[in-house]
Amino acid sequence: MLAIVGTIPDEEFPLVTGELRLEGDRVFIGSNKIEINRGTAALIASAIKVLEILNLPLPFGYLAGDIGLGKGSKGLYKYLAENLKNVNFKAIVFHYILPEVDGFNRVMFAIEDLPYSPILLADAGGMYVAKMSGQAQRFDLFTPDAGEIAFLADEEAPHPFYTRGFILQEENRVPDLIKRAYEYENASRYLIVKGNKDYIADKNSIIAVIDYPMVEALEPIGGTGDTLTGIVSALIASGISIDKAAIAAAKINRLAGYYANPTPATQIFEIIEHIPHALNEVINSKKESDLISERNLNVSNIDIERPRDRTRS
Amino acid sequence: MSIFKKFKKKRIHLKEKNQGRGFLVFANTSEVIRAESILKDRGFDIRVMGPPPEIRTGCDMVIEFPLIEAMNIQRILTEARIPPLQIVPVSSPLLRPVDLFHIKDFGRYLMVRAANMKLTFDKETFTIVNISGGGCPDVPYLAKEMLGKTLKDVVSPRDIGHTLCGYALQLAYEEACRRC
Repeated sequence: MLAIVGTIPDEEFPLVTGELRLEGDRVFIGSNKIEINRGTAALIASAIKVLEILNLPLPFGYLAGDIGLGKGSKGLYKYLAENLKNVNFKAIVFHYILPEVDGFNRVMFAIEDLPYSPILLADAGGMYVAKMSGQAQRFDLFTPDAGEIAFLADEEAPHPFYTRGFILQEENRVPDLIKRAYEYENASRYLIVKGNKDYIADKNSIIAVIDYPMVEALEPIGGTGDTLTGIVSALIASGISIDKAAIAAAKINRLAGYYANPTPATQIFEIIEHIPHALNEVINSKKESDLISERNLNVSNIDIERPRDRTRS
Repeated sequence: MSIFKKFKKKRIHLKEKNQGRGFLVFANTSEVIRAESILKDRGFDIRVMGPPPEIRTGCDMVIEFPLIEAMNIQRILTEARIPPLQIVPVSSPLLRPVDLFHIKDFGRYLMVRAANMKLTFDKETFTIVNISGGGCPDVPYLAKEMLGKTLKDVVSPRDIGHTLCGYALQLAYEEACRRC
């Protein structure tokens, strides 16, 4: 099962844990409902879309309200440090959360004490605090964008806000930045660097570059990174290896964006709606057929929508 | 705990305790004392100490604080009329905030990126149509508050943001306003 740790931008939202579900354009945890705009709610909705298609259990959420003052985030760190020992997850993803090193370290010690080793993923504040605390290498996957890979590559920067100017945050420098992030031990075992081209890398090399379909309008849309993290988290929790899940997730995210026919003003929910279609197209493509065999997924159990001809480039 | 697990636990390599901490630099000691009192009353995890040699401005005392909460703390101190002269990371006091902007023109829309934050607006109506990037919890909150409003009418991130991501969005917002 997948566990999702993150915050909701509402000060009144309580610290809640439990199964997450999707009903229409809302995410539910217990009786609490959350709008899907961006951030952790977009990650949750995307993960659920994937898990539903794969007939897998819904994710488990650790959520708290926080608008940046940190109270909800600190509560989450404390709760996780005290309660993770009671549960068993295949993968845990850390998302929007205030990067608070002491609280995070306590959570990591609790994870280290578990009798099993969950796959650890991080994006957003979860990724920032993993680097700040010197624990990036304990993670299996980060999903930075161009600005964030520059931050990971800058061994001095405590936050992307302080990334030094000579470490150029240009897309064409991404391979160099990946190399530098690994040199200074500030990268996870695998990376997806999202952008016009999505780079999947480990410390040895760039494993894959996904650049199709190319939809320029996706870059300004808030939440496209959150959907990518949600998709890859769900695929990894399903049992697919991290590198293959990363490649498939990048393709699915780009296809979902393509099918939404977006403009820079499109909102993320419009893209999330297309994830099932994109997922089916990817898992039915010849190249990704090994994904099916890898997790012994019975194709006949999947509601297969045949890929249609693509008329837009 | 088994011996194996003890060894395993030792593999966690923690960075120095000052990671994620910042210094507030003030003009004189009385401002430091007032700021300490205000911030402690509000529950911030702070301490007063001597400045490192790299800091060449201000008095001989600084306040160490959680750097990520810089925006919130600066607003509180500005309202109390004791704005800090400087805010710098403890780990590298010479680091300065990002001052490079990346601009992308989408025809009707213009996207401005500062550090890890992107703000996109409609060039005809000046309406903010998307905010993306960032990782602190005020980013989704700021997006919720700012989307659909014009650059002229929106409450700026400086007024309602709390973190360094909010700070980066403020820079992107100021650059967007400058280009209108």
